[in-house]
Amino acid sequence: MKKYWYLTIAIFLVIWACSSDGSGGDTGGTDDDGVPVTFDRGAMLVNWADNIIIPSYKAFQSELSNLNAAFETFSADKTVANLEALRTAWVNAYTAWQTVSMFEIGPAESVGYRLNVNTYPTDIEVIESNISSGTYDLSLPSNRDTKGFPALDYLLNGLEENDTDLVARWSSGTEAENTLDYIAALLTDMITLTDGVVSEWEGTYRNTFVENDGSSATASVDRYVNDYIFYFEKFLRAGKMGIPLGAFSGDQTPNTVEVLYKPELSKSMFLEGLTAVQDFFNGKHFDSTTTGESLASYLNALNTVKEGEDLSKRINDQMDSARDAVTGLGDFKTEIETNNPAVDMFRAYDEVQKVVPLLKVDMVSAMSISIDFVDADGD
Amino acid sequence: MVLNLNKYLQKKVEAAPLAVFRIFFGIMMLGSIVRFWANGWIETLYLNPKFHFSYYGFEWVKPLGSITYIIFIICGLASIGVAIGYKYRFSILIFFLSFTYIELMDKTTYLNHYYFISALSFLMFFLPANAYFSWDAKKNYKVAFQRIPKWTIDCVKLMLGVVYFYAGVAKLNSDWLFKAMPLKIWLPSKFDIPFIGDLLTKEWVHYVLSWGGTIYDLMIPFLLLWSRTRYLGFALVVFFHVLTRILFPIGMFPYIMIVSALIFFDDRLHHKILRIISNIIKVNKKIFDNGKALVYGKNLVNQLNYGVLILFFAIQLLFPWRYLLYPGELFWTEEGYRFSWRVMLMEKSGYAQFKIVNKETGKWFYVDNSDFLTPFQEKQMSFQPDFIVEYAHYLKQHFEKDGHQNIGIYVECYVALNGRLSQPYIDPNIDLGQEKDSFKHKTWILPFKDEIKGI
Repeated sequence: MKKYWYLTIAIFLVIWACSSDGSGGDTGGTDDDGVPVTFDRGAMLVNWADNIIIPSYKAFQSELSNLNAAFETFSADKTVANLEALRTAWVNAYTAWQTVSMFEIGPAESVGYRLNVNTYPTDIEVIESNISSGTYDLSLPSNRDTKGFPALDYLLNGLEENDTDLVARWSSGTEAENTLDYIAALLTDMITLTDGVVSEWEGTYRNTFVENDGSSATASVDRYVNDYIFYFEKFLRAGKMGIPLGAFSGDQTPNTVEVLYKPELSKSMFLEGLTAVQDFFNGKHFDSTTTGESLASYLNALNTVKEGEDLSKRINDQMDSARDAVTGLGDFKTEIETNNPAVDMFRAYDEVQKVVPLLKVDMVSAMSISIDFVDADGD
Repeated sequence: MVLNLNKYLQKKVEAAPLAVFRIFFGIMMLGSIVRFWANGWIETLYLNPKFHFSYYGFEWVKPLGSITYIIFIICGLASIGVAIGYKYRFSILIFFLSFTYIELMDKTTYLNHYYFISALSFLMFFLPANAYFSWDAKKNYKVAFQRIPKWTIDCVKLMLGVVYFYAGVAKLNSDWLFKAMPLKIWLPSKFDIPFIGDLLTKEWVHYVLSWGGTIYDLMIPFLLLWSRTRYLGFALVVFFHVLTRILFPIGMFPYIMIVSALIFFDDRLHHKILRIISNIIKVNKKIFDNGKALVYGKNLVNQLNYGVLILFFAIQLLFPWRYLLYPGELFWTEEGYRFSWRVMLMEKSGYAQFKIVNKETGKWFYVDNSDFLTPFQEKQMSFQPDFIVEYAHYLKQHFEKDGHQNIGIYVECYVALNGRLSQPYIDPNIDLGQEKDSFKHKTWILPFKDEIKGI
């Protein structure tokens, strides 16, 4: 009898020793008796990395290189047609950006990719002084609001009323030369950052990300779900809608919209972002209708065990009604400028807002993922 | 009856078990303090936050800047004093006060096991734990006793028994027993634990562990009390606490409980342990075996001691039932939830968005909680009503200081409990700035749209 309990304790101490603070470990595995009660987080990570994240980054990378090519064409031959082509390339790249902005983990996180590429409102006074002095260090954090897409927005859309004037303005003189140098520097900065992120994903980081398939607070799923929700809350909901609406300050500030100098794009950028978030939720492969393991299928797998309500459907439904509400609006800047309070846009904002508790409370609680990893004891 | 009580109070036993308990308690507490410091939690939990959630009536207990470190040092030194039995009464008093002060600084960090330590150290102040194998007993023959009244050791056993038994009673509810909640949520997420990971995803395992845990908690005090099942009971204690340590991040608590359970064994084991310790620290254990027995006379101080202890245990036994005085579902309102040995019963999370409204102009804006709270504080705040109202008052003060006048504080709050979908939690039309925190029922908590049966 005594020997028996020593043995029990010994076995448990061994398991314990193997498990304490364990990250990584085996994959979820499938059940032998055929009932999929468990969900393979590893397969979901593979789907995220190989079918969504990396293809999205590469598509963005190629849009950026198109943008750069269009700029080079324009620099060599300054015509209105080439300027229009440049602007179209910029819109395409900016749109593609909305599908990768949410992946702020790993290489993107370590370089502060999102803030380097898309900090708005942009600081036009510093941009002007950078251009006229010709000396600037774009890698400085203090220059984040003088570069990226918003700075290009100002230069392409904010300087002149029409393209003929802009072509004339950039045709000759020191200011023209300095400005084109500045645009070239902005593009180089974005391309360098992007190449760095893409090469790390294509190099070692992909495996690091996929192999960290455990369930600790530092595992890929737990960390990325936090980043994903953070993106939804801070950048999609607050950045693109809430802050211009004054939801956090009480004062409507139309000048804080994304794409301020071509404001008809703010809404489409938001919708691109929302669609990317929803596609990611459903595990939809980039540029395809195929879907793979995802947060939605994870919730469905858990639901079969829990016999609860269909949460993934509720999340999709709410994202759909958010999209419908936003689609029904005019462009954001006009909505805010002509209405105070901007009732319709607030109503749309509320629909976007309603997604947050579904993700932040219901989804993470079902998956037992802690929001913002807190390093403290529990009971 | 009176005679029997007198007889019981006079009954003497070896002092060794209480001495062993004191030593291990002191060492464990020192370990906890060092671990807490080493993990950087003094900064992240007490120094970095701008705002602290206070217990009702203890708003004056706050972190004291860098002096907070000194409180931890004092607490650590006091636990050494307890372990070696140096000026024991003074040491345990200082330990109780400093430890409790630390716990009262911010209720965000509330854990049942911290409350357990505070209650236990309060109790230990009244017990002659330095009578045997202590610095005090070595230096002062007058306070050295080989035998002490049996009731002093029984007090510790009773305290441990209450913790386990009440934890078991709290599990007698329909979520825990018939839905295997919240284990059904927590365990599958531990699929990556070696050997047992796959098992943890099976539904029958969730039920086995839910029922097993309940039976364990209810039975363990009795298994440990009865000598024939004591080894089995202790093996279960080790098994259970090691299992919880594997599955959940619960710090030092499992070790403390395992070591504490040793007090149920008879004194031969404790003499053996003390012999090992005396060999290590080169102290002659024989000098403590003086054959003297501690007798409490019938003076006023001793009568007062009895009175305090009776009151203490009466509170321990009754306080967990205070929730019956509140309407509504306990797990939902959490009115009367804390200080009741309700451990790991809920997977509860929430989302609270505060709205500051100018009541004259109707102008309003939302609050970004991360401007004021740490992620941990925000997490705890978003599903506990007393946190929500305290934070609302803080926001009111803050924005009034910023020059906002006539403001109302409203919250849109959603809470999910034990796998149910989230529901609105707080009445969004109530100005929380006008509501006071108190022990009265909070009428602005919206009703729970389900039922959890049981205790």
